This record gives sequence, structure tokens and C-alpha cells, in this order.
Amino acid sequence: MITLLLILFPLVASLLLFFVKGQQVKNIALGAAILEFAIAIFALSQFKQDASMQFEWNSAWVQSMGITFHVGIDGISMLLVLLTTFLVPVIILTSFKNDHKNPSAFYALILFMQMALLGVFVSLDGFLFYVFWELALLPIYFICLLWGGEDRARITFKFFVYTLAGSLFMLGGLIYLYLHTPGTHSFNIDAIYAAGRGMDVVHQGYVFWAMFIAFAIKMPIFPFHTWQPDTYTTAPTQGTMLLSGIMLKMGTFGLVRWLLPIAPLGVEHYANTAIGLAVIGIVYASCIAIVQKDFKRLIAYSSIAHVGLIAAGILSMNVQGVQGGMIQMLSHGVNVVGLFFIVDIIQRRTNTREIQSLGGIRNVNPQFAVLFLFILLGSVALPLTNGFVGEFLLLNGLFQHNAWIAAFAGLSVILGAVYMLRSYQSIMLGETNSITSSFAPLENSEKAVLLIICAAVIAFGVFPKPLLDISGPAVDQLVQGVQAALGK
Amino acid sequence: MIKLVWLVPLLPLIGFVIIGLFGKKLSKGIVGAIGSGTVLAAFAVALGIFFELKGGTQKEFTIELFNWISAGKLSIPFSFLIDPLSSLFLLIITGIGFLIHLYSTGYMSHDEGFSRFFAYLNLFIFFMLLLVLGSNYLIMFVGWEGVGLCSYLLIGFWFKNTAFNNAAKKAFIMNRIGDLGFLLGIILIFVTFGSIGYHDVFEQAKNMATGNPTLTAIALLLFVGAMGKSAQLPLYTWLPDAMAGPTPVSALIHAATMVTAGIYMIARSNVLYTLSPDAMNVVAIVGVCTALFAATIGLAQNDIKKVLAYSTVSQLGYMFLALGVGAYTGAVFHVMTHAFFKALLFLGAGSVIHAMGGEQDIRKMGGLKKYISTTHITFLLGTLAIAGCFPFSGFFSKDEILAQAYEHNKLLWFLGILGAAMTTFYMFRLYFLTFHGKFRGTHEQEHHLHESPKSMTIPLIVLAILSVVGGLVGIPAALGGTHFLEAFLSPVFEFSSFRIVQAASHETEYMLMGIATLIMILAIYYAYTVYVKKNTLPAAEGEETSPIHKLVFNKYWVDEIYENLITKPLNMISEAFHKLVDNQIVDGIVNGVGSTVKWLSSTIRLAQTGNTGFYIFVMVVSIVLILFSQLF
Repeated sequence: MITLLLILFPLVASLLLFFVKGQQVKNIALGAAILEFAIAIFALSQFKQDASMQFEWNSAWVQSMGITFHVGIDGISMLLVLLTTFLVPVIILTSFKNDHKNPSAFYALILFMQMALLGVFVSLDGFLFYVFWELALLPIYFICLLWGGEDRARITFKFFVYTLAGSLFMLGGLIYLYLHTPGTHSFNIDAIYAAGRGMDVVHQGYVFWAMFIAFAIKMPIFPFHTWQPDTYTTAPTQGTMLLSGIMLKMGTFGLVRWLLPIAPLGVEHYANTAIGLAVIGIVYASCIAIVQKDFKRLIAYSSIAHVGLIAAGILSMNVQGVQGGMIQMLSHGVNVVGLFFIVDIIQRRTNTREIQSLGGIRNVNPQFAVLFLFILLGSVALPLTNGFVGEFLLLNGLFQHNAWIAAFAGLSVILGAVYMLRSYQSIMLGETNSITSSFAPLENSEKAVLLIICAAVIAFGVFPKPLLDISGPAVDQLVQGVQAALGK
Repeated sequence: MIKLVWLVPLLPLIGFVIIGLFGKKLSKGIVGAIGSGTVLAAFAVALGIFFELKGGTQKEFTIELFNWISAGKLSIPFSFLIDPLSSLFLLIITGIGFLIHLYSTGYMSHDEGFSRFFAYLNLFIFFMLLLVLGSNYLIMFVGWEGVGLCSYLLIGFWFKNTAFNNAAKKAFIMNRIGDLGFLLGIILIFVTFGSIGYHDVFEQAKNMATGNPTLTAIALLLFVGAMGKSAQLPLYTWLPDAMAGPTPVSALIHAATMVTAGIYMIARSNVLYTLSPDAMNVVAIVGVCTALFAATIGLAQNDIKKVLAYSTVSQLGYMFLALGVGAYTGAVFHVMTHAFFKALLFLGAGSVIHAMGGEQDIRKMGGLKKYISTTHITFLLGTLAIAGCFPFSGFFSKDEILAQAYEHNKLLWFLGILGAAMTTFYMFRLYFLTFHGKFRGTHEQEHHLHESPKSMTIPLIVLAILSVVGGLVGIPAALGGTHFLEAFLSPVFEFSSFRIVQAASHETEYMLMGIATLIMILAIYYAYTVYVKKNTLPAAEGEETSPIHKLVFNKYWVDEIYENLITKPLNMISEAFHKLVDNQIVDGIVNGVGSTVKWLSSTIRLAQTGNTGFYIFVMVVSIVLILFSQLF
């Protein structure tokens, strides 16, 4: 029931928002998003910390085709539900100083998107999963298209077609699995799992590629990433945050929820290729980030590097890798939203995002400099920040798969420091110039967002245990199941 | 007291939080009092712990605070280990830390960033304490990267200056190179032992064969971390640049404490190293090479802080030499005495710079002994200590290292003594050029010359006393001592001491001490002849000098080599990735696929002619083909 409420509430709120006029819609949207977060917290309070699927709701949908509206939350889903419901109000709050035109549509789309994202994270039916997966694309497409920056039509179209093409592979994979379910066929998750497990390595390999490509495009992983920097850069700030903070986790979540349990043999067989791509992407994107001139684009490339590590860790198929992936999905979501907000704060005050033309902001706004530094440290995974816990576990998991690959992926530890410190220095340190000398103090809503994010950076760096405990049992069970299927 | 160990790092952390949040609203006096007071209180607790440990029979306590990270069988508690080694480091960190905090209240009194400085300094102490207190490698790593952050913040303390910011960034990034090695080492430890707690790891390792390749790999990876943090070849170039930070920072972080973290790490892991003779050889060789290499550079530098910085790199090299030949106690002993005299020398240099109104070039000093006598005398005592003059503290620790190096390998000893001779020479060159001869600065500077305030001279005096008598805790048996430190640390190095042959005969030790003393006297005399008797001055900027001098003066152009070998190629590769691979090739293929589909669809669209006859024709052909294919 509560799962259903989590999906329906933002949907209803979204539909109602269309009828609200004026900028006050912000407050209503924020209120709704906070209420949604409260529902998620309530769900957490009722949640039993074990591996079971909880709060299930299963009703018939298209009976003739074995499609059900089957949703539920286990530890893995719970973390992403928390991430989504936590970030959406934060993202709405970041827009308080932007007066978007046609605000009711803007906020309605954000909440609609939240509904679809939550649907993806709680679906227990392959077809339902696919429907939510595609539903999530629509609002973000319009957000980018209608409120985006330069050259948005071309870029958004490419993004749309690219990810849609990816999803078609996934749909193909799901139908293929569906046809292998016994009897009258079913899209139910257990039936799909069983269908995948029943296949030999060759056929699991087909499924692996069909689904992996969809997920790889969504995250994105090298070499499927070229839509991402353009889209992130041209999207409005809140759109970029939705994309990078939450939506890309659909891909990494897909690996954990669907790919690993369905096709363990396929994953194992192609692990080196897939992990290889992810890890190449880590170093490759980090290098490219070093030479970016536009700060927003730099963060976009750094996101490719971070998500590459998440994917590589998960594909290592051990507890440390998958748990690291889970915890890093949260940390990355929080930190990347923080970083994109910093870009936004700077851009609104200086009308530029060009790293080299800024400088000395620390002199005029030390408070902003400190908050920026905290988020930066989370992003470069300094111990006792949230980014470190995930990075350590991911590298650990990857190391167990292959020590050399882990060492190569570890280069991001160095390169991340290079591009983040370089840009921090160029933007914040040194003497002020004509662009930065009148850098305005932080508004209350900005301060609130940055403080919330900094608090999360520190809190979950020092006490990651509560989060790890949420997904721990479910991940243990999942990995054991996968290892059993691999005969280990 | 041991149960209260969490207070030791907590106190400076509280200081950091208070000063960080409210520092701007508080007066400098209060900020200084909170900053120094919390560290002094931590020192008091550390002293209590030390005596309790010394008096008690149990030599190892683990205190678990909370469960930090767990995933599967990986479980990492946030817990502390109290044993002789960590308790000794606690004393060094909080004791010297307090003195330097006190000194800073005077040194930084005119700086607008006063409260920020104390906040960073307290945060540094917190992380440094975590580093030595952790009971597993990951807590050490937390402190390790934390002190790196503080080092970054403090090197770039004057953040308007681009050169300083560059130095800060360089320090952080170079350290990160080492940290990656460390991190991989920790992971390999977990994969090998299923734990990263010291106790579990060492107990299991003790059952492994000497020379086990995994142990060697672990030891070498950890050592990569040590090379970064403790500025060894080839990752040392950040340390001289780090002198951009305020002088108390150079004394505390870049001489007395943080840079010795690598020595702590290896001493802590002595079980792993002892079982891996190859790794130990690497440590010894890197150590002695660094000691010599940095000493030669120190011969030709004219910036008072730069000389001390290269001297620090060189002295750290000695400590690694000690570790590499199995002289674990000797290494820790030298960490301690070096902390005394190097902190003293840096703070003395700070006092000189203070008096000179910011001047750091020793060519523009001279004759300062008349004006700043407390600084002069304490600096001289520090110089004698680092030169290893009997009975100053440096004599005992250096003697111990060299004696064990001699037992291990005569060549290592010879190189060590060569470095010691150079050390003595450049330190006395520094001393003579600064304090003797005529004043070479401007009239204004001469007029301005004054002794520093009490808050600065008291730490100098205390450190001078420690530099003189600090060696008494380690008087060797050859001189009729009992070597308190060795006995105190013996539980930590118990396993290793059985395996590493040491103990030179007393006769050999007397001979080595004699040679060392003789060489020291010669070096001092030579420096005296050149810089006092003949009154020679180092070459001025732009003056033509010999090729060797040029080579050394320009620090072997190592920075330039790194720039051309690493930084520039990295940027070029990145540009190529960006402009060529990403924009042209990868995205080109994607766009190519897109336009192919577009072209195909527009072509196929042509097939939809609307001509029914054509459709039927195609249908028939298709059916025939399908039927045909079914035949086989």
C-alpha cells in the first residue's frame, strides 16, 4: 500500500500543479515533495532490515499477457527510494531563485518524473519496469527541450533517440525472457529471473547485451556516453540534477535488480569486456574533465568517471562491489546535485561558467567557498566524506575481480583531485577580477540547499552504517544467489 | 586514562569546530587560547596514557568507538589502538603541536586569517592523532588523507597568491599518487587476510613464510604511500614547495609530524616488512638515495626555509634507511629527535624571518647574532643537534641508525656518513651566513631587527632543551646506557627483533662514533673557513657558476623533468581524448549511425510507392523465399 502511495502521490500532485498559476507553485511543489519524503521516511520506519521484499502490491493489469502491477520495496529499492524522495525537494529548492517561465508545467513535470523514477525502483514486473523506464524519459525530455539552453532542440533530440534506442534493446531482452517463461508466460520478476537462470551462457549472453546496452546508455558508460555532456550542459540546472542525481541510477539500479540475477553466467562471461569499458571510461572521462573550460561540462565528464566505477564494482558481482555501488549511488547523487548547484550559483551571479575567467570568489564570499570545498571533498572521496565509503568498497570489489583493473580504475583517485582542485583554484582562489568582485552573498534558499548537502556529505561519511544496513541483507542474498548460479 | 583516549583527538576537533564556526566573532586572544589550550589538554591526557602504559603490564589496548563500514565479511570498526608506539607519537604530536600553537599566537598575530589558521591547525592535530591512533589500516588512511587536506589548506593559506596555491595543489596531488598505492595496499591486505585490523593481520602474517610474494606486494604498496607522505624519491618535490605555507606550518606539518607518518606506517607494519626482505631493501635504498640526493641540493640553496626543507627530505631518508635495515627503534628515535631539532630550526627560521620583515634569502642576512640572541643560541643548539654533535639528541639517534646500517651493509653506512657530512656542512653554512659576519640587508631592515615576543621565544627555548637532552632516552649500551626507548618499544618490535641481526660490538660502535664525530668536525671547520674566515657569499642571481653548482642549485631540474614528462603529456593526451577521440571518433560513429538510419529510412520510404502491383510482387517474392528457406 505504501509503495503505491509513494508512486501515486507525486502523480496526483503533478496533475494538480498544472492548474496552479504563478510563481507560488514552487512552494506547493516543494511542500508536496517534502510530504513525499515524509512518506518515504515513514516507510523506512516500518521497514524490516532483512532481505525480504516488503510493502508489496500486486494487482492484475493485462492478465492475458501475464502483466501485473506488481511493486514492492526491499533494501536495494529502499535506498533509491530514499535518494529520490530526498533529492527531489532539494532540487526544487535549488530553483527558488530561478523564475522559470510557465512554472506550473515545470514543477508538474518534475513531480511526474519523480513518480516514474520511483516506479522504476519499485517495479517487480518486467513490463511495468519498462513502462516506468520510458515514462521517466518523457518529462525530462520536455524539461530539457522547453527550459534548456543553447542548441537544445538538437541536443535533446539526440538524447531522446539515443536512450530510446537503448531501451528498445532492453524491451527486446525482456520479451525474449518473457517468451522463455513457462506456461502462459509472465513478466513477473521471479518468472523472468527463472527464465534467465534457465538459459545457458550463450543465451544469457544475448540477454546480457540487450540489457547492458540499455543500462550503459542510461548511466552512461564509455563509449555510449556522447549524448551526456551536451545534454547535461544544455539542460536547465534542475534537469541536469534530475538526470545526474537520480535518473542515471536507473542504469546502475538496473544492473543490480535485473541484470545480475537474470544473467549471472552472461555477466561473468562478458565481465571483462563490460568492466573494461566502464574502467576505460573512468580514466578517459577524468582526462577529458581536466581540459574542460566550462565548469558544468567538467562536472558532466566527472560524472561519467564516477558512474563508471559504480558499474564496474557492481559487475564484479561480490558483496563489496555491489554494496559499494549501492552506497555510491546515494553519495554520487547527493554530491553531483551539490556540484551542479554550485555551477548554477556561480552562473547566475557572473553569467559565465568558464573556469578561467573566474577567480578570487573566496575573497568576497568565504562562506560559499567553504561549502563548495566540503562538496568538492565529497566528490574527490576524502575519507570521512560520503564519497569515500563507496569508492573504497567499489575498488575493493573490483580488486577482487582483477587487481590490475582496480589499480587502473584507481587512477581516478589522482585525476579526480587534479581536475577538481584545478577548477577550485581557478574559480575560488587568487585575486578577484571584474567578473567576480561583486559576487553576491548566498540567499537563504541557496544556503539551505548547500548546508543540507554538506551535512549529508559529512554525516554519511562518518556514519555510513545505517545506509549500509538497509541494503546489506538484500545485497548479501543477491550475491549469494548469483554466486550459487555460477556454481561458486 | 587509557579509557579516555578518545579525548585526545576529540579535544582538538572541538577546538576546530568552535574556531571554525565562531572564530571571526572571537578575539585573537580567545582563539589562540582555545587553539593552544585544546592541544595542551590533549597532551596532558596523552602524558597520562604514556605513564599508565609504561607502568602497567598490559602493553596493548584496543578501544572501539563504533562500527564504521561493513559489507559482507569486511568489517571496519572505528577503533583506537594504544601501545608504546602510538603513545609515543601521541606525545610528540600533542607536545610539539602545543608548542607550535603557542608560537603561532605570536607569529600569526598580525594576520587577518588568524582564526582560520588556528582552525586548520587544530584540524590537522585531530587527523594526525587519528593517523597514529587507529587500530586498523583504514583509520590510518583517514588520518593520512586528512592531514593531507590540512597540509593543502595550510600551504595555500595565503590563497590570493597563485604560486602558493600551485604549491598546495601540487602537494595534494603528489600525495594522492602515494595514497593510491596505500589504498591498494589496504585492499590487498583485506583480500589476503580477510581483515585490515593490525592485530588480525600481524598474527596471521607471522605464520607466513619469509619472502612471500603477496607480503612483498603489500609492503611495497604501503611504501608507495610512505614515499608520497614522507617525501621520498621520486615523490619528494612537493615538500620544498610546501614551504609556501606560514613557517609554523613548515615546522609542525612539514618537519615534525605529518611527514613522519610514512615512518610510523612502516614501523607499525614491521611484521610485514620483516617478512619481506626485498621490500626492506627497497626501503633502505630509496631512503639512502633520498638522504644523499636531497643533501646535495641543500648545499646550494639560499632560501632559509628551502635549506631546511631539503634537510627534512634528507633526514626522512635516514629514517627510511633505518627502517630498511631493520633499525625500527632507531627510526622512531630519529623521528623524535628530528621533531625536536627540526621544529626548533624552523621556528628559529621563522623568528629570523619575523625579525627580517619577511626576508628569507640568507644572502641578505648576516650578523644576526647581535640582534636576536635567543633565536641565535637556540638555532645554534638545533644546528649542533642535527649535525649529530655529542651529546646532543641527534648524535644518539643518528649513531644508532648508522651503526645498524654498518652491520647490514658497509656501503649503506658509507653513503649515510657522506650525507651526514653534507648535512653538517649546509647547516653550518646556513648558520654562519645567517648569524655571523656583517649584516647584508637594507638599513630599514637593520633598524627593524628585533627579538621575537615571548610567545615565540619560549617554544624555542623548550625545543632547544629537548634538542639537547632528548637523546638521553636512547643512550646505547656501548656508552653505558640502558636505552629506555628500545625497552619501551620492544613489545611492538618483538617479532622483528628476533629476525633482524643487529648489535654491533662496542668496539665497532666506538669506531663509528669516532669517525662520525671527526667528519662532523671537519665539515664544520670547512664551513667556518669558507663562510666566516674567507667570508664567501653564495652566487647572486644570474651570476655564472660551475655546471655542478648549476645542476644542484636548480635541483637537478626535477620539477622541469616532471613537467615535461608527466604534466604536459597528460594535458596533451586529455586534449586528444577530448577533441579527437570523443568529439570526432566516438561521437562521430554515433552520429554516423543516426544519419545512416535516417538515410535508410528515407531510402526505404521510396519503396513505399503506393503502387499495389509492386507490393504484391514483393509479397510473392518474399513468400517464395520463405518457403524456399523452409525446404532446407
